Amino acid sequence: MAEISSTDLFTTSVYGSKFAAEDLPKHEMPEDEMPKEVAYRMIKDDLSLDGNPMLNLASFVTTYMEKEVEDLMTESFSKNFIDYEEYPQSADIQNRCVSMIGRLFNAPVGEDDAVAVGTSTVGSSEAIMLAVLAMKKRWKNARQAAGKPCDKPNIVMSSAVQVCWEKAARYFEVEEKYVYCTPERYVIDPEETVNLVDENTIGICVILGTTYTGEYEDAKAVNDLLIKKNIDTVIHIDAASGGFVAPFVVPDLEWDFRLEKVVSINVSGHKYGLVYPGVGWVVWRAPEYLPKELVFNINYLGADQSSFTLNFSKGASQVIGQYYQLIRLGKHGYRSIMGNLTRTADYLSESLEQLGFIIMSQRGGAGLPLVAFRINPKSKKHYDEFALAHQLRQRSWVVPAYTMAPHTKDMKMLRVVVREDFSKSRCDQLLCDIKLSTGVLDLLDKDEIKKHSDFIRLHASHSGKSRHNHPHYKNERHSLQGKTGKTHAIC
Amino acid sequence: MSLARHVDPDEIIEKLHGMDMKDAHRHHQSTKGGTSHITPYSTRYASKQEIPKFRIPQDGAPADAVHQMLKDELDLDGIPNLNLASFVGTYMEAHGRELMIENISKNMSDADEYPAMMQMHARCVSIIANLWGAQKGEKAIGSATTGSSEAIHLGGLAMKRRWQEKRMAEGKDTLKPNIIMGANAQVALEKFARYFEVEARILPVSEKSNYRLDPDLVKENIDENTIGVFAILGSTYTGHYEPVEEISKILDAYQEKTGVDIPIHVDAASGGFVAPFTKAQAGGPKWNFELPRVKSINTSGHKFGLVYAGVGWIIWRDESMLPKHLVFELHYLGGTEESYTLNFSRPGAQIIAQYYNLIHLGFKGYQQIMENCMTNARLLSKSLEATGWYTCISDVHRKKGVHSFSGITEAVFGHDDETSADYNAGLPVVAFRFSDEFKKEFPHLKQETVSNLMRAKQYIIPNYPLPPNEEKTEILRVVVRESMSFDLLDRLISDICATTQNLIESDKSDLSILLKGEDHSVEKQHSSLGTPRHGKGQDHGGKRPMAEGVHRAVC
Repeated sequence: MAEISSTDLFTTSVYGSKFAAEDLPKHEMPEDEMPKEVAYRMIKDDLSLDGNPMLNLASFVTTYMEKEVEDLMTESFSKNFIDYEEYPQSADIQNRCVSMIGRLFNAPVGEDDAVAVGTSTVGSSEAIMLAVLAMKKRWKNARQAAGKPCDKPNIVMSSAVQVCWEKAARYFEVEEKYVYCTPERYVIDPEETVNLVDENTIGICVILGTTYTGEYEDAKAVNDLLIKKNIDTVIHIDAASGGFVAPFVVPDLEWDFRLEKVVSINVSGHKYGLVYPGVGWVVWRAPEYLPKELVFNINYLGADQSSFTLNFSKGASQVIGQYYQLIRLGKHGYRSIMGNLTRTADYLSESLEQLGFIIMSQRGGAGLPLVAFRINPKSKKHYDEFALAHQLRQRSWVVPAYTMAPHTKDMKMLRVVVREDFSKSRCDQLLCDIKLSTGVLDLLDKDEIKKHSDFIRLHASHSGKSRHNHPHYKNERHSLQGKTGKTHAIC
Repeated sequence: MSLARHVDPDEIIEKLHGMDMKDAHRHHQSTKGGTSHITPYSTRYASKQEIPKFRIPQDGAPADAVHQMLKDELDLDGIPNLNLASFVGTYMEAHGRELMIENISKNMSDADEYPAMMQMHARCVSIIANLWGAQKGEKAIGSATTGSSEAIHLGGLAMKRRWQEKRMAEGKDTLKPNIIMGANAQVALEKFARYFEVEARILPVSEKSNYRLDPDLVKENIDENTIGVFAILGSTYTGHYEPVEEISKILDAYQEKTGVDIPIHVDAASGGFVAPFTKAQAGGPKWNFELPRVKSINTSGHKFGLVYAGVGWIIWRDESMLPKHLVFELHYLGGTEESYTLNFSRPGAQIIAQYYNLIHLGFKGYQQIMENCMTNARLLSKSLEATGWYTCISDVHRKKGVHSFSGITEAVFGHDDETSADYNAGLPVVAFRFSDEFKKEFPHLKQETVSNLMRAKQYIIPNYPLPPNEEKTEILRVVVRESMSFDLLDRLISDICATTQNLIESDKSDLSILLKGEDHSVEKQHSSLGTPRHGKGQDHGGKRPMAEGVHRAVC
């Protein structure tokens, strides 16, 4: 075979160049350049091994946006969102979004000077950290003013919280107090929650749409109990998923700033806000709930701006995308999309029930448009939910299996998130494949199933063979997952 | 991002337009005819109704119309390439850009769905760790972040936790941690201290210390409660690198004396992609993992890493530097994912673009670009000093070892074969001020006016005071990015000269008018105040002129 000239950098075709016969540089920067079309093609080819987001029913994160807004977003790639002086229009757009979202959540406005404040974030994780930080500082200030010790703050939340709540508590040194779920109840019990509150409680987290079953926790009951018992603490609503669903599907549900104890709300723009990943929002009821020590006034090029975020420079595209969606769709547009999703979820629930599964999620818009289900224990199947998930994986569907929040007797479940691009016809496809998979599993015996799912885990699922995780951090024991076996929920 | 105040739409609309606008709105809602159209400019948003600003409209609008309206509005944004204030990259090659467009919907945290992207993430970490002298026998570990701010929070938090664990093991209290940084630190460092409740010991800078962290002061301020020292590789004010090796030696001596081991975190937001490539390196002394005391380094991929905004990197020299207590393990369909970040779901396109740049440009490509930036920065500095009107505070254009202005001794254009190694090491930043002679001759002229006048020509050149202690000196600053080509530089130099000439010739009274630039956008009036002025919010409503108070550098 003829040697390829090693000096040949610019042959006519990508696959004729020496780079096609070489490994891509992995650990050390190459000494020499690579022609741009070759680099482009090599990376593109490499990325073709990524999964098909359409079949990923595990994630809440948006995978479809209109062509027009994609254009708008790519045109804004080079804009640094934080540079207000240079990109004033992009900055104004964030403020408009905050206003719209504040309105949507019924933030009190109008009565002398009382106005909500808020900011865009990279996602709900950052938003939650900011909210925890604000609650902690506010509590600390109050304690110090009263001359009381302030070294043992705690926060009350459901054990079904997403992992960033644990992170926030850990990183900012706040003790976590959990309200545990039971096999019958997957959300917090208001009475129990309020009983956990003591003088060191910085606040209560109430989830609008838990990631496991999509149920809305009863914020109103918690709020009313706090008022009844005259307890001085505040509520933060984690509406990461529900914030763009509940106002359109169940407008009468009182969960937002209509409740007087609710001081801050976070929502992910990249979930049901229908924007590509990279945008979240946090809104406070009034400036007094955001202690001024936490806000840095930054003098960037003559434009004074106050900043309370963990990230600074970032792309402007997603915020522009959010504004586009808000005015493009309007309330009517969001309502029709969320309505469709709710109907699809109901249809899926009905059908799964007929297939013999137990449905754990709510229907008719009483929860997020997702379907959580498990195998009926009475049917005495010899395989569990994880085996079914692995079987579906073979058909390319990513339907995750979870172990529920602690104190639910290690209950397992499967979950399908109904996103904007999950239409009814795709829903039917999924149902066919679930039926097929259970059929196959029924025929196999126990050992075979185990072998089979081990094989799929190791070879067909991507993370099974991934090597990027560090052995040093395997099997941590410090979190709820480490202690109880609950699967971390993520946002 | 700044905090935005919630705006009461009714009040503003009323103030702005009176009643007729509301009527137009009503009219369109009842007819529902506003959405049918032939071109975007024939919809209701073209003339009759303004784009909704403060509340979600009841009905939507066609995709192309909204696209066009927003696009038109965004035309009012500045021109990225003429923004000489920012370090953030504004140019990418078409192919890199294309990759980003194709991957815009990918979620960085979904490792199971996007394994190929995760591989690239791991490769970038590896490549960058090697670039910074990761040592054999140690397992470097790191992560992509949204930017240097997040990276600094993570680096600081790991230092705090390590210090706590050490103190607890020794049975000592952990109540009063403190951290050392220079007054030239960017705001993220200060934010870290505030948010994670660590006392910030901000050491003043001086001309003697080249406006950067003063090693002598470090010596006086460290104690057993010091969780670490932030050293900045590339001060955002003047581009000087901080003397990491010198600080490291001081800490070595301190450890010998007291047994207290204080780590260093290097904030190489800008310098992390400059120092390894330029011939000048970091000016001789070590700054990276070759120094055992440097435990972690962060950089911004979106600065001299040459990617669009939204990517930063943090690397720890060894996995033992990252306390287990802070890392969460996420199970995801049989696989596991370890997570130590402040953000979770976020875009992955920037990471792909970073990998593209690393392998496409290679070491040589980056070197050429950085050397070009340095050459252009030298050219600009020398030209400015040659006018006699300006003196540079930055000194990447001065021969190695020379740190002060000593008259114009050499030609503006250097020799053909010279490289940055012949000069002082630093970022390609030019910080300059009116020369002493100029100030004597024209005492009435304000430096800020130059900034304002250049603004009229679309250039953004900020004018701000140096960090505390030296705040009497104001500087104008130009960041020479890769996209600042020789031609543009040529125009810039002539425009600065013409502007200054103009100033000298103008009347005193004409100039005063320039100092009152105000922005009348409705949202800005409501929002850039951040928290409101009345009492309980921020004490100063953010309306003070630039020249007053502390300028906070940002990344």
